[in-house]
Amino acid sequence: MTSTVNPVDEHAARAPEFPMARAAGCPFDPPPTLRDLQREGPLARVRLWDGSTPWLVTRYADQRALLGDPRVSADIHRPGYPRQAPMPPGGTGVSFILKDDPEHARLRRMVTAPFAIKRVEAMRPGVQKIVDDLIDELLAGPNPVDLVEAFALPVPSLVICQLLGVPYADHDFFQDNSKVIINRNVTPEQRSAAHGNLIEYLDGLMGEKIARPVDDLLSGLAERVTAGELSRNEAAQMGVLLLIAGHETTANMIALGTLALFEHPEQLALLRDTDDPRLIASAVEELLRYLHITHSGRRRVAVEDIEIGGEVIRAGEGLILANDIANRDPGMFAEPDRLDLRRDARRHVAFGFGVHQCLGQPLARMELQVVYGTLYRRIPTLRAAVELERIPFKHDGSVYGVYELPVTW
Amino acid sequence: MKVTVDQDRCVASGQCVVAAMEVFDQRDEDGVVVLLDPEPRAERAEDVRHAAAVCPALAIAIED
Repeated sequence: MTSTVNPVDEHAARAPEFPMARAAGCPFDPPPTLRDLQREGPLARVRLWDGSTPWLVTRYADQRALLGDPRVSADIHRPGYPRQAPMPPGGTGVSFILKDDPEHARLRRMVTAPFAIKRVEAMRPGVQKIVDDLIDELLAGPNPVDLVEAFALPVPSLVICQLLGVPYADHDFFQDNSKVIINRNVTPEQRSAAHGNLIEYLDGLMGEKIARPVDDLLSGLAERVTAGELSRNEAAQMGVLLLIAGHETTANMIALGTLALFEHPEQLALLRDTDDPRLIASAVEELLRYLHITHSGRRRVAVEDIEIGGEVIRAGEGLILANDIANRDPGMFAEPDRLDLRRDARRHVAFGFGVHQCLGQPLARMELQVVYGTLYRRIPTLRAAVELERIPFKHDGSVYGVYELPVTW
Repeated sequence: MKVTVDQDRCVASGQCVVAAMEVFDQRDEDGVVVLLDPEPRAERAEDVRHAAAVCPALAIAIED
């Protein structure tokens, strides 16, 4: 042994672990350590599950700059990329969100058309009907009931199934496998098996759409497979990505957003008493900002040296952009910890920023506008059926939310 | 105010359309931005500036 300290070991010894725990009793606020690090400076080292010590970027302006910076890569196969978990054995390929341009752009543009604003607006009456029907069923069913199971999961699952052309009858299968994939605490083998199940399922659907294309997103991909623009495996990867991202995230926003409103009754009253689409849209942006359910950070790796606030991020070093704390940056949002549905929160980074910004955000926004604009008006006495302390939060998920939300009215 | 857009950089987020639908539209085939009005009237300036600020791909440039 020598007395020389390897700088990496030194970082590892001092760096706090990431992801960090939230404070007890503050389920809507980011972990207090994130707040401390943001106050102390723009960059900090954190320690991941594998002992690596990437940079954590905490401030809003730096995150936006870096997410739009071509010297930053999203390619998970580059050395130094800060992985969320071990690579599954015998990896099955990755979707375009973990690739750089031009390959990322080529693949992404194959699925952007259905998410254009006019196309999403055209879906609004159908989403309103889904929401109205589910509320009818809710009111006719048992009271209390778990809002996650009875409403928050079915709304976006029905919508994404319709858009993609996936049979909703299979929802237990794809919801259960999605839950495994986005859980932080499962083994790589479990995650890989769940992902394999979904790939196999989507590949089967892709076969049907290739044989008999209809008017849905998967059929659009099938036509590209037939034309030789896309491999069948790439098409299945995209299908899995859209299916998971299309239901889990929005479901969490519906349930966690509702719980946050229960805890802020004066804000809930604003939504209950309005049919003003501008206020409802504003409420959606603020809840996205305030809750920020994708709490595992955007992951990147520097491909060139980048200077931030006097420190240099070296080429090959990993970056984690903690968007949840950027949305609470007092340098960007006044009184950032206050939920205020009337504020202009539109510049939040809940969907990320840069060329990888969430593809489905126009659809997610529209769904949330319909849900938040309808649920509390239709059921004005809606409230939690248990104490906040008894509600199980997804601390172990790569996407945050609640596992259950018992409600009554 | 003069507006230009970079269709190669655009990632079809559509947020410019939400911010200023009289100035921006999207192509049917892939949602990429289409500039409807390269010299918007003064009363639209704030919305156009907001569109440029929320564009995730930094594909909107404004010249005053």
